[in-house]
Amino acid sequence: MHVTFTDQELAFRDEVRAFFRDKLPDDIRKKQQHGVPLDREDYIRFQKVLHERGWAGINWPVEYGGTGWTSVQQYIFATEQAEANAPDVIAFGLKMVGPVIYTFGNEEQKRRFLPDILASNVWWCQGYSEPGAGSDLAALKTRADLAGDHYVVNGTKSWTTLGQHADWIFCLVRTNTDVARRQEGISFLLIDMSTPGITVKPIITIEGEHEVNDVYFDNVKVPVENLVGEEGKGWTYGKVLLQHERTNIAGVARSKYRLRKLRAQAARRVRGEPPLATDRNFLRKLAAVEVELKALEYTDLRTLAAVASGKAPGPESSILKLRGTELQQAIDELYVEAAAYYALPYVPDQYVLGFPEAERVGEGAETKTSLRYFNFRKASIYAGSNEIQKNIIAKHVLGL
Amino acid sequence: MDLSLNEVQLMLQDSVEKFIANDYDFETRQSYAASKAGYSAEVWQQFAELGWTAVPFSEDDGGFDGGPVEVMVLMQQFGRGLVVEPYLANVILAGGVLQRVASDTQKRDWLLPIIAGELQAALAFVEPQSRYDIANVVTSAKKDGDGWLLTGTKGVVLNGGNAGLLIVPARTSGAQSDSDGISLFAVTTDTAGLSRKSYPTVDGHQAAEVKLDNVRVDASALLGDVDRGYETLDAVIDEATLAISAEAVGIMRILTDKTVEYTKNRVQFGVPISSFQALQHRMVDMFTACEQSQSLLMWATMVNAERTDEAKRAVSAIKYQIGTTGKKVGQEAVQLHGGMGVSWELDIAHYFKRLTAIGQLFGNADWHLDKLGV
Repeated sequence: MHVTFTDQELAFRDEVRAFFRDKLPDDIRKKQQHGVPLDREDYIRFQKVLHERGWAGINWPVEYGGTGWTSVQQYIFATEQAEANAPDVIAFGLKMVGPVIYTFGNEEQKRRFLPDILASNVWWCQGYSEPGAGSDLAALKTRADLAGDHYVVNGTKSWTTLGQHADWIFCLVRTNTDVARRQEGISFLLIDMSTPGITVKPIITIEGEHEVNDVYFDNVKVPVENLVGEEGKGWTYGKVLLQHERTNIAGVARSKYRLRKLRAQAARRVRGEPPLATDRNFLRKLAAVEVELKALEYTDLRTLAAVASGKAPGPESSILKLRGTELQQAIDELYVEAAAYYALPYVPDQYVLGFPEAERVGEGAETKTSLRYFNFRKASIYAGSNEIQKNIIAKHVLGL
Repeated sequence: MDLSLNEVQLMLQDSVEKFIANDYDFETRQSYAASKAGYSAEVWQQFAELGWTAVPFSEDDGGFDGGPVEVMVLMQQFGRGLVVEPYLANVILAGGVLQRVASDTQKRDWLLPIIAGELQAALAFVEPQSRYDIANVVTSAKKDGDGWLLTGTKGVVLNGGNAGLLIVPARTSGAQSDSDGISLFAVTTDTAGLSRKSYPTVDGHQAAEVKLDNVRVDASALLGDVDRGYETLDAVIDEATLAISAEAVGIMRILTDKTVEYTKNRVQFGVPISSFQALQHRMVDMFTACEQSQSLLMWATMVNAERTDEAKRAVSAIKYQIGTTGKKVGQEAVQLHGGMGVSWELDIAHYFKRLTAIGQLFGNADWHLDKLGV
């Protein structure tokens, strides 16, 4: 057991640091710095930069074009990525459907889909939740009825993140209703979003942005070759994917970066006033979150090490989702506290590049703090609500 | 001791309740919030006709002779209705200052029009560096002949963009955070040298950044005595803190009711999610927070209405209480509504945002706990 990096690891860190310094497009870095939302092309541009370097498939096996990195390398990469103000990759392709296809797909599917996922030529979104199936995902009703060489899909998927940008959607659909357990009639289907019969409608979230959607399927014809693995086994595949999603969700590196930035902000004087960093109440809360985050950082590292040694992330990954999102939300609250009255202005227009600094509302403060706080209440709800994570730990880890 | 409302107070409660139920549903509220002014001028006129804009003022001033209890009754219902009309900024804050220190002439010019619903006013008590310290005033007022020259920056002035009149605390002597040496000025917003940038706030209300660049006002603009403005400000902010605490309790209650109702109807795993004990206990905590906050609110309001020795501490106690439990109830209401809780379309998100904004106003929980600790 030792905590310091080896010379090799240090060299790797320098390599990653140099990569982000030299290759991350400056406008994307600036947008990230100023809280300007990235558009579709920004993400694609960034992910293509990663791909050119061979770093798009962080957790993919080498045989499918992945990095084959150790857990420590993955950790170093995530840290440098956050420190460089680089965005996260959109998870749906690279971190979700990709692993499902290389694990459970057939050779034809691997050949057909994986290269475009790695190269970010195709934008994927996720069709899991439905209006009547949230925490109880197995209650999903979207049907796929076999009709010769294709399925006919009917139903509604909800909360589909960035579905407005997507070329393809991976869906959990019901292919059989005559089963003993509801989970057994579910299949994993890949659907081209340009197929006739698909409608995407925006859902505006609490802070006023268009991030999620309802996706309606009305007699959508999907070729049978788009079924991943076996019919009726979709639940198993989907669960593996969710566990991957949950390990990605802890966001430790990003949270560390945000805490450090908050400390720096709290140390600034506004118009000669003593900085917030002289307020012991605030400092104690900040310190408490830092301790919790350190603990999560090492829980994350332990999980990554287990995965790198060949194990799939188990139900323990629920801890990462649970604590990771709780800490993200705790940091959001500290930002709101730090802003005092400047948590109130709602001026999304000023979050564009080139907005004149003199006209910005919120001198010395981060006025987007409360918007982020509101938006991130979703974190304890999505990807299996935190209540569901506790159920998973209770049932599958503690055997209760 | 008597914890019940009197007949007049019950009538007031009844009339606001009816107004919210009949004329102020959530969609209507959203349309007012989305309008340019951020509130309905017609509704404001209705408030005046119903006598609500007169509630906290004495009969001599043309008011209803109400006090903290009547304001509490009104604000709790405003909370339930998520009212965006600038009652706090206009009546409680600006009106509160005028009521206390304005001369008869000033009252005729400014307070009567507020009561009549003809004038929007605002109190500019925040500066970019001040956080929650209302004594922290850099904006300066310098003698200029028989008038004054005002220079400085005011931040997050509630209702500042709609206001025809701003009440501006400015330093006439002393150091940056001294409570002595602050004077209050009534400045009409068309005065040369005054510029504003108005914007919506996250809770559907409006505020403005205000710059004063050698704004010249006559001697008649001074409200009360030179250098003695702090006491007035402090008393008005206390009254306003009580008012928004009442609003918060109204919101907490309706959020708890709506959450209980939602979980009874939301079916997952074949049963209403209200049948899960883990969720039941959380709703019991929400309910308990509402009851405790209601109790503390009533005590704080009464000791302030009767000006007992505990009045000042009671203000901090209730603001601490709603700062902590208000946040908790708001977050839990969102969480138990799942994805629906973070949808713009549903009122839950907007109640939560208003509770969050209230938590930031006039000092957060820590600020008031510190005051109680000394």
